[in-house]
Amino acid sequence: MDETENTGGTPLIVPLTVEPAGEAPAQPTKVGCDNINVYYGDKQAIFDISMAIPERSVTSFIGPSGCGKSTFLRCINRMNDTIETARVEGKIFIDGEDVNSHHIDPVLLRSRVGMVFQKPNPFPKSIYDNIAYGPRIHGFASSRDDLDEIVEKSLTRAGLWQEVKDRLTRPGTGLSGGQQQRLCIARAIAVSPEVILMDEPCSALDPIATARIEELIDELRERFCIVIVTHSMQQAARVSQRTAFFHLGKLVEFGDTETIFTNPSDNRTQAYITGRFG
Amino acid sequence: MTDTITNTEAPAPSQFRDEAARKRLKKRNAAEQRFKFYGMAAIGVALAFLVLFVFSIGSQALTAFSHHKIRFDLPLVAETVAPMGVGDTAAIAENVSGFHQLVRENLARRFPEAAAQGRERELNDLVTRLAVLPMARTTAENPGRIGETLTYFAALSDDLDLYLKGAVAPERRISLGQISFEQVRNGDSVSLRLPGSGAFLPVSNYVAGVIDGTSVLLQSGPNIVLWVGPDNGYQTFDLLTGSVEGFADAPTRARIIELPESARNVSDRQIAWTLALKEEGRITQVFNWALLTNADSTYPEIAGVLAAIVGSLFTMLITAMIAIPVGISAALYLEEYAPKNRITDLIEVNINNLAAVPSIVFGLLGAAVFINFLSLPRSAPLVGGLVLGLLTLPTMIIASRAALRAVPPSIRSAALGVGASKTQTVLHHVLPLAAPGIMTGAIIGMARALGETAPLLLIGMVAFVAEVPAGPTDEATALPVLIFKWSTGAERAWEPNTAAAIVVLLTFMVLMNALAVFVRRRFERRW
Repeated sequence: MDETENTGGTPLIVPLTVEPAGEAPAQPTKVGCDNINVYYGDKQAIFDISMAIPERSVTSFIGPSGCGKSTFLRCINRMNDTIETARVEGKIFIDGEDVNSHHIDPVLLRSRVGMVFQKPNPFPKSIYDNIAYGPRIHGFASSRDDLDEIVEKSLTRAGLWQEVKDRLTRPGTGLSGGQQQRLCIARAIAVSPEVILMDEPCSALDPIATARIEELIDELRERFCIVIVTHSMQQAARVSQRTAFFHLGKLVEFGDTETIFTNPSDNRTQAYITGRFG
Repeated sequence: MTDTITNTEAPAPSQFRDEAARKRLKKRNAAEQRFKFYGMAAIGVALAFLVLFVFSIGSQALTAFSHHKIRFDLPLVAETVAPMGVGDTAAIAENVSGFHQLVRENLARRFPEAAAQGRERELNDLVTRLAVLPMARTTAENPGRIGETLTYFAALSDDLDLYLKGAVAPERRISLGQISFEQVRNGDSVSLRLPGSGAFLPVSNYVAGVIDGTSVLLQSGPNIVLWVGPDNGYQTFDLLTGSVEGFADAPTRARIIELPESARNVSDRQIAWTLALKEEGRITQVFNWALLTNADSTYPEIAGVLAAIVGSLFTMLITAMIAIPVGISAALYLEEYAPKNRITDLIEVNINNLAAVPSIVFGLLGAAVFINFLSLPRSAPLVGGLVLGLLTLPTMIIASRAALRAVPPSIRSAALGVGASKTQTVLHHVLPLAAPGIMTGAIIGMARALGETAPLLLIGMVAFVAEVPAGPTDEATALPVLIFKWSTGAERAWEPNTAAAIVVLLTFMVLMNALAVFVRRRFERRW
């Protein structure tokens, strides 16, 4: 089914509003994608994907390994630019602005679209510097007090403040895996992004740390548009409002999480969520 | 039949438990033991060579690190010491002739027999002319004391120094107890003889077994005689120094020097005078500071490595200024920015090739480009540093690229993910994390450059440099070149000097490598 009908929506901000058959999204579209094709050299990894990711909600990408979820995710903040052989075709809009257009600076784009990676990757610096790095290079804080405030706010939002407030000068790499991942989330939200992309953020964590991150994602939904790639269907069902199922570089099905998991319309989705492949 | 009911077929015997398996296991274990043994043997051989090397260089160098000095109490006669007047300190400081004259007079007074036998030259050779230079310089600093009698020390001639260190000829010493000679007057000359052969028997028995021309010196206190030979049942002797009467005062020792006088650089008389001075306590063995504080000289006893060390330091300074910034920049560009295409591949291959180019080729390049084409000064650390910098550059680039590549890509993603630009990512995160590796590469590259000889020979840094260079454009030489030069010296004394210079060079190398290990341990970050 074609999910990119340009039906107007709230025309001032969003030129591409997706109305998947029957169900209107609760939120206006934040990220719109139009016929995305991604090639690694001669090999095509993503085929004609179009979708609209709503504001202030969690959208999860599921699918078997190698189906292009992460590649597609990385199109949104142009991280694929850093891979030399990668070539992206198609248009991606954030608030109606084409991210691939010439007057968009990819570096600025990446501060508007934060990213959390599969493996926790704090800088080998102090906890404080990990959070303060982004605001510092963007010049968000005019004084030390401002910076302190940003650091505290970000850590609090990431649910890490109580645990680390007495050891802000200790290296971030000394934290546990779950804490490191929350530190990375805090680092991402410290630059006040509009969208947060999470690439399998819990795959390296134990169930308790995973539960904490999931709680956190649920809280962050209030403020941000979150896109999460996950291998765990339970996680997708728990945290997301919308779910996209990818298979072999194609978007098979995209809709409300509940619908996808209870009443998928494609039998490949059905097969995947019931564990018959993938 | 029960057979049909129960399964008679026994379970297949495990392939890992039968006799053949046990044999295979034994064989495999033996092979493993053997392999481990080969490894240990290889390390053992390497260690043995290292120990041998350190021992041979160390024992050679030890003789050079101490030397013998003669004490002189010299009355500073103004006319001799300061012929241009006491005020002209520059002239005093360079008045080698005057001071050597004082030294010669002092020795002549002590050993009047030298003049009597026309052997002043031999006596004067106890102290090399230039060895009195330190005396002249200290006097020039204190010209007010001219006229007084002051105590000075001067280096003993290198050959006699080696004799005292036992490096000239195999020598055997025999204690003879109390001896008194009969003096036989024969016209003008007096000859000495021992009645019978009793006391001298151990010596004559020993000498009969060794080569002709062996010198036998008999010493009692500062009095020394030379054995001439048997004559009519007497053993006859010549008095070299001191008095015959003195032999009554102290027991006599015989020194049998098993090398003919003609085959030595030191005569029997010189040995006798040296031994007499030593007996009086005027010759002492002290640490050879001159080796570290003097510049090069044509005389091994006063030659030092200071000029070469300073030359090497200036050279290394230039090398570091070329190799480190250029190497790091090139590595950063190739590793972080450059697109992967045919041109960068070509550059990469050629950098690796350049690292394998023999160092002497770089010397030729330096001579052709820097000296002939750019007309930079010959024999200068500036040119040496440029050449060694080019030589170190490929190594530096390769080491820096390896260090940059070792920084996990997740750090780059993290920085890019919070909106850092490429340059911010590199400067704030990648470079600091790669710094210990880059520094280690730089220090080891510099240590290699410090030991390079061939390219420096070609750009003329092999010149004889008796002055400590004051800057990178002065004429200079470098430590490894000095070692090469000293090792070709004709005099025996250059041999321990060479070893000592090698020890100095190795000390610098070990220090630099230790610094590299320290930097790596101290600044290495784990993630």
